[in-house]
Amino acid sequence: MPGLGASFGRGAATSFQEDMQNADCVLIMGSNMAEAHPVGFRFPMMARERGAQLIHVDPHFSRTSAMCQQYVRIRTGSDIAFLGGLIHYILENDRWFHEYVMAYTNAATIITEQYRDAEDLGGIFAGFNPETRSYDGSREAWQYEGHEGSGGRTQAGHAEKAESFSERTGSLDSATPPTDHSLKNPRCVLNILRRHYARYTPQMVARICGCSKEEFVRVAETVCANSGRERTTCLVYAVGWTQHSVGVQIIRAATIVQLLLGNMGRPGGGIMAMRGHASIQGSTDVPTLYELLPGYIMQPSALRDHGGLADYLKQEEVKTGFMANLPKFLVSLLKAWYGEAATRENDFGYNWIPRIDGNYSHLACTVRMLEGKMRGMFLFGQNPAAGAPNGRANREALKKLKWLVVRDWFEIDTAAFWHKGPENPDPAAIGTEVFFIPAAASAEKDGTFTNTQRLLQWHDKAVDPPEDCRSDTWFVYELGKRLKKLYAHSTRERDQGLLNLTWDYEFDHAERLPDGSISRIHGETDVAKILMEINGYTVADRQQVADFNGLKDDGSTACGCWIYSGVYPEKGRNRARSRKRTPGVYTSPEWGFAWPLNRRMMYNRASADPKGRPWSERKKYLSWDEEEQRWTGPDVPDFEPKKPPSYRPNPDSRGMEAIAGDAPFLMKPDGRGWLFAPMGVKDGPLPTHYEPLESPLGNLLYPDQRNNPTIERYELPVNEYNPPNDEFPVIATNYRLTEHYLSGPMSRFNSWLNELQPGMFIEISPELASEKGIEHGGWMVAWNRRGAIEARAMVTRRIMPLKVHGRTVHQIGMPFHWGFAGETVGAIANDLTSISADPNVSMHEAKAFTVNVRAGRLKGHAEIEPLPPAPWPTREESPETAKSDQPEGQAI
Amino acid sequence: MNEGLVQIATDLRDTWTRPEPPAAQEETGFFTDTTLCIGCKACEVACKQWNQLPADGFNWTGNSYDNTVTLSDTTWRHVAFVEQHDAATDSMRWLMMSDVCKHCQHAPCVEVCPTGALIYNEFGNVYVQQDVCNGCANCVVGCPFGVIARNKADGRAHKCTLCYDRQKDGMVPACAKSCPTESIKFGKVSELREQARQRVEQLHARGETDAYLYGNETWGEYSALNSFFLLKDKPIVYNLPEAPRRPAAHLKRNYLFSFMASVALTAVSALLFSGGERG
Repeated sequence: MPGLGASFGRGAATSFQEDMQNADCVLIMGSNMAEAHPVGFRFPMMARERGAQLIHVDPHFSRTSAMCQQYVRIRTGSDIAFLGGLIHYILENDRWFHEYVMAYTNAATIITEQYRDAEDLGGIFAGFNPETRSYDGSREAWQYEGHEGSGGRTQAGHAEKAESFSERTGSLDSATPPTDHSLKNPRCVLNILRRHYARYTPQMVARICGCSKEEFVRVAETVCANSGRERTTCLVYAVGWTQHSVGVQIIRAATIVQLLLGNMGRPGGGIMAMRGHASIQGSTDVPTLYELLPGYIMQPSALRDHGGLADYLKQEEVKTGFMANLPKFLVSLLKAWYGEAATRENDFGYNWIPRIDGNYSHLACTVRMLEGKMRGMFLFGQNPAAGAPNGRANREALKKLKWLVVRDWFEIDTAAFWHKGPENPDPAAIGTEVFFIPAAASAEKDGTFTNTQRLLQWHDKAVDPPEDCRSDTWFVYELGKRLKKLYAHSTRERDQGLLNLTWDYEFDHAERLPDGSISRIHGETDVAKILMEINGYTVADRQQVADFNGLKDDGSTACGCWIYSGVYPEKGRNRARSRKRTPGVYTSPEWGFAWPLNRRMMYNRASADPKGRPWSERKKYLSWDEEEQRWTGPDVPDFEPKKPPSYRPNPDSRGMEAIAGDAPFLMKPDGRGWLFAPMGVKDGPLPTHYEPLESPLGNLLYPDQRNNPTIERYELPVNEYNPPNDEFPVIATNYRLTEHYLSGPMSRFNSWLNELQPGMFIEISPELASEKGIEHGGWMVAWNRRGAIEARAMVTRRIMPLKVHGRTVHQIGMPFHWGFAGETVGAIANDLTSISADPNVSMHEAKAFTVNVRAGRLKGHAEIEPLPPAPWPTREESPETAKSDQPEGQAI
Repeated sequence: MNEGLVQIATDLRDTWTRPEPPAAQEETGFFTDTTLCIGCKACEVACKQWNQLPADGFNWTGNSYDNTVTLSDTTWRHVAFVEQHDAATDSMRWLMMSDVCKHCQHAPCVEVCPTGALIYNEFGNVYVQQDVCNGCANCVVGCPFGVIARNKADGRAHKCTLCYDRQKDGMVPACAKSCPTESIKFGKVSELREQARQRVEQLHARGETDAYLYGNETWGEYSALNSFFLLKDKPIVYNLPEAPRRPAAHLKRNYLFSFMASVALTAVSALLFSGGERG
């Protein structure tokens, strides 16, 4: 999440869900929290019952909207216009938190003379190279005044994305760039901000978003009135923001709002990034991402000057701020991976890490697959045949593989693609060999989940998995052992990394189940050992390190993922497994472990004023204890615990010494929250409204620049984009229902969930329905250049036409839970979405696309038989329990 | 010894012995506050999971997000969805309410049960003893809320047990346990009633004057409910009767009517047959 990273330093939710109960206002946008995160939604509800205002801004009236006092309908994909309007409103009406903004953000910092705003250049910023369609000149053109720019750092263009800490946080020569605290200089950030958002007036917001001016002003007024010294507003988003061609910029806009209002690092404030899957936070922390090493360390790249370890560090190491510690984290990681083979002489095995030379993100790989450039694929907990954008392209791509391994609980859509599906595939014509391997469920294995608030929670194995089902770690561990054996005699340099990889995670003693019996599974991994390695240890005596402050860059320590360090600080103490409640302390510090260092709220230094006193009694959290000379409060300080507020760095200070005692964003090289992002985002230093890739409308603000200029398109026969005209006049979006999970692999095989939502439907307004002759409950077809789907019509006032740019625009919405495998089957919403990539994180745009609709059914469409529901009862009688005490439904 | 014989002997003994019923405890029930319901249906799933109830079939209804439609012999919690559009202000309201057995203080189902299968257990909850029920279905027609239903497979009447088994072990019923927003509150009825009263006051003070309690006290011919609700619109909107009827309250009048009818019919037939000799 570079949107958060570029502004604050870390790309993760800044607070924890329990803290939302302290909010005075919760603005939910791009999230259907009540439906997608119903358990966490408890806390906004608690806030509401304590008098907070809940606001939902969304194209579709959902169960979340129903719970909020204010609901504003906007056109999907117009979020930056709305948030830009908020920024405009805050600045114009002088509602920004002066003391906070001047002290904790880069509002007063002066930007280089070379900078030209989108307002000057018709929708693009200075530094744009039309040939590469990227901001190649951004290093110079968006820079702080007096900063040298790239400092010789090589560029990788579109091939790599800004996910690593060093990319996001940026690097400066000095932690004290030139500023003008009188704000008279027209080139200081706050004045640039004012100019950039000058045209985002309430009228303009209404015209672009399709809401009324009054609705917008009411939201703006509510948010402003509930921010400041005494009050805080929390902002919530989810994939309703990320899955756009400007997703990162939408999030950036939200960070600007929260910084201006002084809501960051304070109780009841912050930005909650609601994650889309269980442990998706964990999968970016210890990454399944192609361009990252664990802990957001950039993967060495063939496109940059990353030759040896020294070259890499010269490029990636920052001088000021916390990330100056990068060498310690990287060297410790290499020691964890390569053990004794990692020596100072061989750069600790740095050269065994493969270099990336292109975009290997999910969708880029799908395109590669389509082009026949990939031989095989392993799939763990993923269902691209129904769950990935442009389902048909994904299914076509799977046909080009030689082999495919699917590990899942059931024969999911992707495992069945060769004999089932909307295209009625002919198995004889498909050469892909599919290996379907049964996987263990979470209760059948040890492990951790990292949830939306960076909280690691361990789960114990309760029972052995049935039959041949095995845990994913068992599978990967076995695979690794076999690969090592296969290459055991290789002397090629490129194989040495695999051969030297430390690979020893078996149980020391036979694995025991909670009831004391010995597990029947052979070769299961001891996941605690993996977590201990992730935590880190000293090499000489193999003692756990207490946290990442104990890591060294000389090879004397090893650590699998520095941000998690502290989770297993000593033998026998797994903090992720801790479930202690602390009465009266709502941060529950003994419940699980939150990275970094068990901090529940990040940037919490900002909860106190520059002098270290709480902003107000009502919103106190952390404060400087003059007597004890340290920071105190209910949470671990996200700051050096003993650095006094009065501390000031020298101009040539390095690392954390360069961060002043009143600079709360310690990951940033200047310790400030970035209203203006000179680095870290690839499509502009300030968020700008662009129309979605597919939109029937023009850009009202920049008529010559309809879309994000840096968006990456994949023009393929199976991935045509809809033209921006009336061929496809209806705007579509998709979302989740509480009753199902993602594309359904975990829910469409469960009859208790299927009966609650047994079929695909499209939500459509009465106006559009009557215009097209579509009847409620009848069949309808939605189609565009990529595909056509049929579904039941749900005619409802929860979806309404909008007045946009002075004309009526229709929107439809659809859940994306169905596919062709499972006890219930239905049309795949993703057959209508397209593959494209935003320049920062290669994100596609599933939340805004265009279609046309009609009544009726598809002709010649393959009717797919669902699986029969599982036989009843699914459970045997409980042993040693009287018949009358068995669950009643057992007998039915 | 043969296990079957032992079983027969035990059954015979149990037929003739009358064990002491468990000592009465303070009455428990549900207070379902619909203003806190987010319509997640966790209660429906938790109920089915704990009680091992099968799904009722996969039928897309198009009735908002409600696809289980009604309480049944195998659906003991049911979340109703009501979409309301105010044309004047062009605003939406989406009411959600988790329905359940009302556990009436004077439950018609108990009153009409000929076998004594339906009882009040020690927690004051209405409970069907499955081993006594003979499947006559009197309770099905007796319940004015349509809660109880007969199962086609085993022929017996089933409904919410208020997780009798969990309560005996000191646990909260599955639905209340799983409710993320505490819309479903479980507890002692006396405490819940006080809590509910305060909640209505709080909502009224906040300007939500349409909030009221349904079944909190005796109304009309009907007793208070131990499982009662806070609603925001007329009961009928949630598919609840405005004035539920208790069949037993009409016994005298109905017997009298039957008696009068039989007298009248006898008189009519007497008249018909006594009408002089035929030609």
